[in-house]
Amino acid sequence: MHHYITEGYVLPNQAHIYWTTMIVLYPYITGIVAGAFIISSLHHVFDKDELKPVSRFAMVMAFAFLLFATLPLLNHLGHPERALNIMFTPNVTSAMAGFGFIYSTYLFILAVEIWLVYRTDIVHLYNETKYPALKPVYWLLALGVLDISEEAKAVDHKVMVFLASIGIPAACGLHGYVGFIFGAIKANPWWASPLMPVIFLLSAIVSGVAMVLVCYIIIQWINGREIDGPCTNALIETAWYFLIIDVTLELLELINHAYMANEDWVILKELVTTKLFFSMFIVQILLGSVIPFLAMGAVVVFKQRIAPGVRNVIGVVCGVLLLAQVAAMRWNVVMGGQMFSKSLRGFLNFQIDIGGREGLLAGIFILCLPFVVIFVFSRLLPLWGDVSTFPAAWMKEKEQVRRPLKGWSKFSS
Amino acid sequence: MTSPLNSDDVTRRDFLETVAKTGGQSFLFGSLFVNTSLLRLPQDAAQANAKAKAETEAGKGIIYGFVVDTTKCIGCGSCVRACRVENAVPDGYNRTWVEQYTFYPDGEVVVNSPVGGENGFAEPGPTRNMPAGLEAVQPVRGFFVPKLCNHCIDTPCIQVCPVGASFKTDEGVVLVDHESCVGCAYCVQACPFGSRYLNPDTMTADKCTWCHHRITKGMLPACVVSCPAEARIFGNVSDPTSTISQILSTNRVQVLKSYLGTRPRTRYIGLDSEVI
Repeated sequence: MHHYITEGYVLPNQAHIYWTTMIVLYPYITGIVAGAFIISSLHHVFDKDELKPVSRFAMVMAFAFLLFATLPLLNHLGHPERALNIMFTPNVTSAMAGFGFIYSTYLFILAVEIWLVYRTDIVHLYNETKYPALKPVYWLLALGVLDISEEAKAVDHKVMVFLASIGIPAACGLHGYVGFIFGAIKANPWWASPLMPVIFLLSAIVSGVAMVLVCYIIIQWINGREIDGPCTNALIETAWYFLIIDVTLELLELINHAYMANEDWVILKELVTTKLFFSMFIVQILLGSVIPFLAMGAVVVFKQRIAPGVRNVIGVVCGVLLLAQVAAMRWNVVMGGQMFSKSLRGFLNFQIDIGGREGLLAGIFILCLPFVVIFVFSRLLPLWGDVSTFPAAWMKEKEQVRRPLKGWSKFSS
Repeated sequence: MTSPLNSDDVTRRDFLETVAKTGGQSFLFGSLFVNTSLLRLPQDAAQANAKAKAETEAGKGIIYGFVVDTTKCIGCGSCVRACRVENAVPDGYNRTWVEQYTFYPDGEVVVNSPVGGENGFAEPGPTRNMPAGLEAVQPVRGFFVPKLCNHCIDTPCIQVCPVGASFKTDEGVVLVDHESCVGCAYCVQACPFGSRYLNPDTMTADKCTWCHHRITKGMLPACVVSCPAEARIFGNVSDPTSTISQILSTNRVQVLKSYLGTRPRTRYIGLDSEVI
């Protein structure tokens, strides 16, 4: 831990910053999970058909990011080898003790849901893959359940819809919890607020939708595939709606601080106008909120009158800005809350490390890992639709396709 | 850890030697700055230790308390040095520290605590930097405030610890179990007083224990023993005859950040409203 240069009077133990890049990254990752999951659920549970082209991708993205949500935390802990104590000896009065249970429940729900969504395709691929080496992999992925009769599929679907519907509160719980971790700290006037879980949740949804939007358009561009108009519009619309509520609450929180002008406002005012000026007013509000609000608003209002090419560019640019907005918001909350001392009389000049265990590069590395998982997933299972969208070159020749078992039994009887 | 303070038989002579070695200049200055005409030497530390020991041995029902008399602190930093030695506190971190408050004619208040006040305070408060051509402004008044863990009754640090590594003893002392602490630093964030830190040697949360290893053997905390001005009083508040109980019953005391409702067991005499 560094001893940072301070201004004014900083309590001796606060000349260090205890939560850095990793704790900024952690809510960022879980946020993307929550947002991507909402997109997937809008299709699976609420039958929003426009989002069908991205619903599977969104679900896989949620899963891939969720797999690595604990990594920043483990990397941050002073004793990562004791991490499971959080589940073995949880302290019931601690909000943080809920993490292990909330996280593992949600991971379980998401894993089972993905399995149900993909099970039919896994069985198809088990039967039809060109590569014999992959057969056992598909068998394992199917957990040996190779029944794809209509009855079995109907059961799958029922359970999946049920899981998706409990997945929504679970996703909200996971992210609302993250906000609560900060919002319930009365020692820190920059954090303590009942609005915090709500703001975290809404910004989470914004970042997740934005991530799906950006990835969808860019991957389609790279592969030279057509970008679905209604789907892109629906993603932009969803991001825009959530952005509006999110930013409204974020501003409300700030205005409330200013208007109440408690004893802590003296230092908070200085915090936002100096240390956080760039990351808050420039990145979070101007670039990350005002510009996407106007540009995406134009797409929402003038839907048909905007050329698809322009819309797609707006989608990518604004999506990236929204991702930056949410990252800045996480930064401003987590780091902002530690840049001033609890003496309310001094500041720390925090500088981000580039290298090192909790440095910027480690953060970028962790942020890349979910994409590696998504890539590997895309080689094994179709990301953008059912098995028919999978490259034909990876499948057996048509003639060699074995008839389904059910067909055989009908034929023989 | 060997320390001259870590024994029962600290004599007046030992004590004066320690002060002479460490307090020196700031000791003399402090007496002027705090405006105490008569500097009271502490009771014989051995006698005080013996009394504490008797109370400990008397056994049950002990509730410890701590009183900081800010009107007596001379800012010599002996307590900070004693704590560092006694508890092997890593450099750059403090289990206890002393703050210096300096008031200027225009109402500005400057607070500082160089190295936690460990080396005392050499000057009568920082002289304000003024634009060229103007005379430096001299302070009008000032005082010192020693700080340490408040060992709160409703303590947020124990509340937030995800694994129960932070806990409270029956005597009201808030401690950390270094064997089970995961080093998440949530308690560091939750403490409103900046009393906790993540120990870079053990990578676990650390804080003032009121010298738990001493008080359970009937000794006084190192900072209390080393204070030459009797600004720190420690004892059993459930015993009405104890020194601390008598002080509490004859003084108006305050706690830090009372509005947060943590109910600190460390109480202050003569706390100024500028002290946060």
